[in-house]
Amino acid sequence: MATAIEFNHVSKQYRLGLVSTRTLSNDLKRWWVTSIMGKEDPFLKIGSTNDRSKKADSEYVWALKDIDFKVERGDVVGIIGKNGAGKSTLLKLLSKVTGPTTGTIKARGRIGSLLEVGTGFHPEMTGRENIYLNGAILGMTKTEISRKLDEIIDFSGCERYIDTPVKRYSSGMTVRLGFAVAAFLEPEILVVDEVLAVGDAEFQKKAIGKMKDVSSGEGRTVLFVSHNMASIRQLCRSGILLENGLVTYTGTATDTVAHYLSGFGDTMCYHADITMEHREFANTTREIELLTVSMTNDGDDYATNQPLDFYVRMYKHKNNIESATLEIMFNNSSCDRLGSYISGPIDLKDVQGEFTVHVRIVDHHLAKGTYSVCFQIGQKDIHSGLKDYDIVHNVLFFSVAYSDQIKKDTIVLWRKNWGSTVFQGDCEVISDRRNRNLV
Amino acid sequence: MSETQEWTTVIKPKDKLLAVDLKELWRYRDLFTLFVKRNITTQYKQTILGPAWFVVQPILTVFMYMVVFGGIAGIGTDGIPQPLFYLAGTCFWHYFSDCLDKTSNTFVSNAGLFGKVYFPRLVTPLSNVTSNLLRFGIQMGLFIVVYLIYAIQGDCPASPNWYLLLFPFLVMMIAGLALGFGLLITSMTTKYRDLSILFSFLVSLWMYATPIVYPLSMVKGKVAAGMDLYTIMRLNPVTPVLETFKYGALGAGEFIGWGWLLYSLAFLCALLFLGVLVFNKTQKSFMDTV
Repeated sequence: MATAIEFNHVSKQYRLGLVSTRTLSNDLKRWWVTSIMGKEDPFLKIGSTNDRSKKADSEYVWALKDIDFKVERGDVVGIIGKNGAGKSTLLKLLSKVTGPTTGTIKARGRIGSLLEVGTGFHPEMTGRENIYLNGAILGMTKTEISRKLDEIIDFSGCERYIDTPVKRYSSGMTVRLGFAVAAFLEPEILVVDEVLAVGDAEFQKKAIGKMKDVSSGEGRTVLFVSHNMASIRQLCRSGILLENGLVTYTGTATDTVAHYLSGFGDTMCYHADITMEHREFANTTREIELLTVSMTNDGDDYATNQPLDFYVRMYKHKNNIESATLEIMFNNSSCDRLGSYISGPIDLKDVQGEFTVHVRIVDHHLAKGTYSVCFQIGQKDIHSGLKDYDIVHNVLFFSVAYSDQIKKDTIVLWRKNWGSTVFQGDCEVISDRRNRNLV
Repeated sequence: MSETQEWTTVIKPKDKLLAVDLKELWRYRDLFTLFVKRNITTQYKQTILGPAWFVVQPILTVFMYMVVFGGIAGIGTDGIPQPLFYLAGTCFWHYFSDCLDKTSNTFVSNAGLFGKVYFPRLVTPLSNVTSNLLRFGIQMGLFIVVYLIYAIQGDCPASPNWYLLLFPFLVMMIAGLALGFGLLITSMTTKYRDLSILFSFLVSLWMYATPIVYPLSMVKGKVAAGMDLYTIMRLNPVTPVLETFKYGALGAGEFIGWGWLLYSLAFLCALLFLGVLVFNKTQKSFMDTV
C-alpha cells in the first residue's frame, strides 16, 4: 500500500491574545535577527505546549508540536482528542487553509475538505446556483458539477426547493445541500470535521453510508475528526489520539478510542509529591512552594454527601510573607473547570519553613464521575494584589459515586446553576513541630 | 500504486518568493466565472431600482461637480461641455476606486470563507475586478448617450480621435493599477488593521490629485512648495491613463505623450508583480493574523 499522506515533524505555532501594537516591533525584531544577522528565529524557541485550561506563561503556543505520521492509501483515520487538542488545526494545515510553522506535509492526490459544509453559500442565490458555486469553491469544474447535478440534488433531498434562494431554506436543508455537494466531490483524500453532528437521523445515516462507500468501494483516504466515539469506531479503521498538540497514541480505531476514554483518571490518585512535571509555569516565584498534596480516602469512591479532606504541605521560603490564600480547583473528566474552593487569607506570621494546611470541603455537591484537582497558593487580597506563588495542575484524581440515599431521592446535585461554583469549606494550619524544629 | 509515484501536494512552511502557482489559478477558472456571476446577480437583489443605481450614481455625482467645481469654483473644462467632461473622469475613477476598494478588502471580508476552504485566493480579487466591468460598461453607455445628445444638437466642441482605439487597453491599465494597489493594501491590512483607515482616507484624497474635476492643462506652469505641479501630477500613474481617454474620446486638451503612458505601464507592471508576490506570501499565514 502506498502512503497517501505523510506528516513530517509538523508544528504550528500561534500567538496568544490579541494582535497588539507589539506585533510590529516583534516583526521588526524577527526580521532583524533572521534576515540581517542570519540567526534562528527567536520566537520559535519560546512557546508552551497547548493546554487551554492552564494559564499561559508565554505569548506563543504550539497548537501542534512535532506531528509525525503516515496514512496509507484507502485508510479511514479517526482523529480524536479533547477540545483544543489540535485536531482542527491539523486538518486546516492539510487542507492548506493555513501553513505550518515548521515541517512538511506531503500528499498524493486531490485533497477535498469538509471543514464546514455549505461554505460560501450565498443566501440570495438559488440552491442550484449554490451547488455550482460551492462545488467550484471545493475545486470541482463546471462540467464535473453538471454531470453530477442530478445525483447531488437527489442526495440532498431538496428537489422541491432547488430553485428557491437558499436564505429561505431551513438550517437542516442548508446542511444537507452542502454535504451533498461535498459528498460528490470525489477527491482522493477527504478531510471531514464534525459534519455529522448536524442533520436529522435519516440524513446522518445517509451521510455515514456515503462516507463508507467512499473509503471502501472507491479506495479513497478519509481523515475524520469527531467527538462521537461511536461513529469513529463505526467508520474508521485506524485512529490518532491528539493531546495538547502532540500525537500520544496511534493504532486501530477501537484501540485508540479505548485509550482515549481510559486516559482520564483511570487510576485514582489521592497523594502526590509535587514535581516540576505538575508545574506548567516555571515563572512562578515559589516564595511558598507546594511540596505534597493529599486527600484522605478509605480506598473507595467518595459519596456525594461525604466531606473531602485535603492536606497541603508547603514550604515558606520568605519570612516576610504574613498570609496567603489557598485555592483548590476542580475539573471534570473533560478537563473543564467546574469550580474552586478559595480559602480566606491564611495567617502565616508564626510559620517558618514547612507547614501543612488542612482543608475540609463539607458539602461538595459533585455529581457521579471522576474529577481532577489543582492547587494554587498565592495572594488574593486587595492590599497586596494578586500574586501566584505556586500552581500545580491535575495532581489528584478522585471519583464520586452516589450514596444509597441519593440514589433513591432524585435531587439536583448542583447548587446554583451549571456554571462554575464556589465550594464551601474550612481551612486551618496544622502546626508541625517536628518539621519546624528540623528547619 | 507504486511508492515511486510523485507527491502531488507538498505543504511547506515557506515557499520560494516567486512561487505563484499560475497553473493552479487556471484550474480554478470555473470558480472565477461563477464568482463573477455571483457578484453581478447578487449585487442589487432586493433593491427597488436595481441596476438603475449604476446610472443614478454618476448622474448625481456629475450634477454635484457641475454645481461645486464648474459653478461655484468656476474651474474650466478645456472647452468641453461640463457633463461630458465630468462624466468621462467620474466613470473611470469610479471603476478604479471600486476595484481598489474591493481588492483591498479581500482578506478581511472573505475571512470566513478563506478560513474553511483552500482555493487560490487571487481568484477573488480577479473576479471582483471583472464583475465591476459591468457597472463600468453601463456607465460608459450613459457617457455615450450623453455624448450623442450633444452631437445631435450640433455645435459640440468635443470630437473623438484615433487615440480612442486605446480604450480597451486603458481600461485594462486602470484595472491592473487598482488590482496592484489593492493586493498590496489587503496584504498589509490583515495584520495592522489601522492601515485600512489610512488607506481609505488616502484614496479619497487621491481623486483630487487626479485630473477629474479640473483639466490637466490648468496645472501647467503652476508651482506648489517649490515643485512643478505639472510633473508631479503626471507622475500619478492614473493621470496618463485618464488623460489619454479624455483626449481620445473628447479631444480635450492635448495628448499626454507616449512616454508618460509607457511610464504608467511600467509602473503598473512593477506594482502588479510586487502586489501578487506580497499577496501570495500573505495568503499562507493570514488566517492566523486576521
